[in-house]
Amino acid sequence: MGRRMTRRELLAAAAAAGAPVRSRVVVARGGSAAALLDRAMQAYFGVNSPVEAWRQVAGPAEVVGLKVNCLAGKGLSTSVPLVEAVCERLQQAGVPRRNIVIWDRSNYDLESGGYRISESRDRIRCFGNDAAGYEDELTVSGSAGSRLSKILTRMCDAVINLPVLKDHGITGVTMALKNMFGAIHNPNKYHPNAGDPFVAEVYKMPPIPRKVRLTICDAITAQYEGGPSYMPQWAWPCQSLLVSRDPVALDAVGWEMIERKRAEKGMKPLKALRREPTYIATAARLGLGVNDLKRIEKIEA
Amino acid sequence: MDRRAFLTAAAWPCLAAERDARYTVEARYYEKLAHKKIKCTLCPRECVIDDRERGYCGVRENRGGVYYTLVHSRVVSANVDPIEKKPLYHYAPGSLAFSIATAGCNVNCKMCQNWEISQVRPEQVPSQYLPPAEAARMARRTGSKVMAYTYTEPVIFFEYMLDTAAACRKEGVKNCVVTGGFIRPEPLRELCSRVEAIKVDLKSFSEKFYREVVRGELKPVLEGLVTIRKSPVWLEIVYLVVPTLNDSEGEFQALARWIKKELGPDVPVHFSRFHPQYLLKNLPPTPVKTLERARAAAMAEGLRYVYVGNVPGHPGESTYCPGCGKAVVERTGYRVRAVRLKKGNCEFCRHPVAGVWEV
Repeated sequence: MGRRMTRRELLAAAAAAGAPVRSRVVVARGGSAAALLDRAMQAYFGVNSPVEAWRQVAGPAEVVGLKVNCLAGKGLSTSVPLVEAVCERLQQAGVPRRNIVIWDRSNYDLESGGYRISESRDRIRCFGNDAAGYEDELTVSGSAGSRLSKILTRMCDAVINLPVLKDHGITGVTMALKNMFGAIHNPNKYHPNAGDPFVAEVYKMPPIPRKVRLTICDAITAQYEGGPSYMPQWAWPCQSLLVSRDPVALDAVGWEMIERKRAEKGMKPLKALRREPTYIATAARLGLGVNDLKRIEKIEA
Repeated sequence: MDRRAFLTAAAWPCLAAERDARYTVEARYYEKLAHKKIKCTLCPRECVIDDRERGYCGVRENRGGVYYTLVHSRVVSANVDPIEKKPLYHYAPGSLAFSIATAGCNVNCKMCQNWEISQVRPEQVPSQYLPPAEAARMARRTGSKVMAYTYTEPVIFFEYMLDTAAACRKEGVKNCVVTGGFIRPEPLRELCSRVEAIKVDLKSFSEKFYREVVRGELKPVLEGLVTIRKSPVWLEIVYLVVPTLNDSEGEFQALARWIKKELGPDVPVHFSRFHPQYLLKNLPPTPVKTLERARAAAMAEGLRYVYVGNVPGHPGESTYCPGCGKAVVERTGYRVRAVRLKKGNCEFCRHPVAGVWEV
């Protein structure tokens, strides 16, 4: 008689045998930002019209925040045409333009990413946390404690997370989960140990998981080394968008894309460089999503 | 938008840039790396920082491959305190210390009592422009014998501290530093040549505590204490006793043994009472008996000047002569009630009492 299976082996075997898929990530490739967005949204929500898809994300009475990432300046920030396309579709889905807020850490970051600051209430607003301020009270999650941006806590009912697919010199990669470092007052405190467990703990701070309805990761231009700053020698025209409601699944898929590109360029995997993004697995353990690629349905669009 | 609002909005970026420029000075300790990255060499963390990013402290920024402090002359707190508040008990007792701080810190202690200014970036908290010469003049005008760099972590405003210390010396004002001691050897040696007294918050005698509660390391702090003790700078140590986390008998004994062996028995040690703060609101204040136990353990190991802190009116606030055991400096809270010393010797038995009693 053979030896008995351990619990871990049993679970692994069950997963391999076709345990139910828990999360979906759409990867749309090729075309303009607007075309990529429409294809990705229709594929993700399984509908024939992009507007129909957007109606499932936010309602007309809601204020929707678009959390972009402009740290790297013009070369590698969330692309303006993509954000314009999101704004267009949101409005077509019934969200008035005064209810759309494009935001990031600071006005300076936004301007250097190609955005124009606007606080006027009769148009789409665009400003940084430095203009809106942070809550006085700390929000504590595990070992992390931060003041949250008032744009997140007070202005927005829903958030669309719009990170960029890129390498990060300390935390390995930066995509959906880490983009919420731009919603706290003290991100500099949470980079040790390749951001583990801090990236996951910050994302778990209420109301982040509740308010973030969707992540659209900009991989039109992506970067596989030298991030988070823009390094043209390591940027590549990936011409893709990743879309998911599950930030952990999206990060797992994005990480795999970066590792594949690194291997193609003859670079070491992130683990060998001591910057494997283990915070993605930690986020899964905290219940923020699924990181096991076998349990993620990856849809090409 | 009316005309005034429009003009204010239009002028805002220029004013902000101008304000930013006067606080921005190139950092003294860093190395330039490839691809516009830099390595900060001020503290043992040695952050490697990308262009447009900041270090762990949040107050130093890489701008195009040049590293800047953003807090030179950018003061978030300025007060005239008794020097006993630092606490320095053996340095100019009863004198006033003009006390200043900027935003930021290079650790993130879960029990930080000043987290609203230490755990923020400089632009997130109101500040005032106080250049070194003006700070030194204010110290003199307020009758402060000492300038204290305190409240947050002076290591992170190193350049401002050094420039202000130089200005203070010109004004006849001494300099003391209240620090966690998490600093690399080279800048520490430079600091020791510019100031007269340093109080180090030794937060625990365990690497685990430093790793999990302080988010720092113990070893560089211990090495720094030895460096300070070998310099002409007067040194005192505070140990904040946090219930259940760093309050074991064994830790008190090991700490006292190490201090006696490496620093000598004359370095004053203050066991201070913790109050629930910041990320440690779940713990009770330190029982006074625990502080008394710590004091007794340290004295049993041979340390001569051991105090109970943050318990106003406790007999453990006063200094006792190691020769005859009589109180030679009597204190209640931050107030000095009596000094019974003559030229650093006990008035009763003439035994020397370590310290810098007159400045």
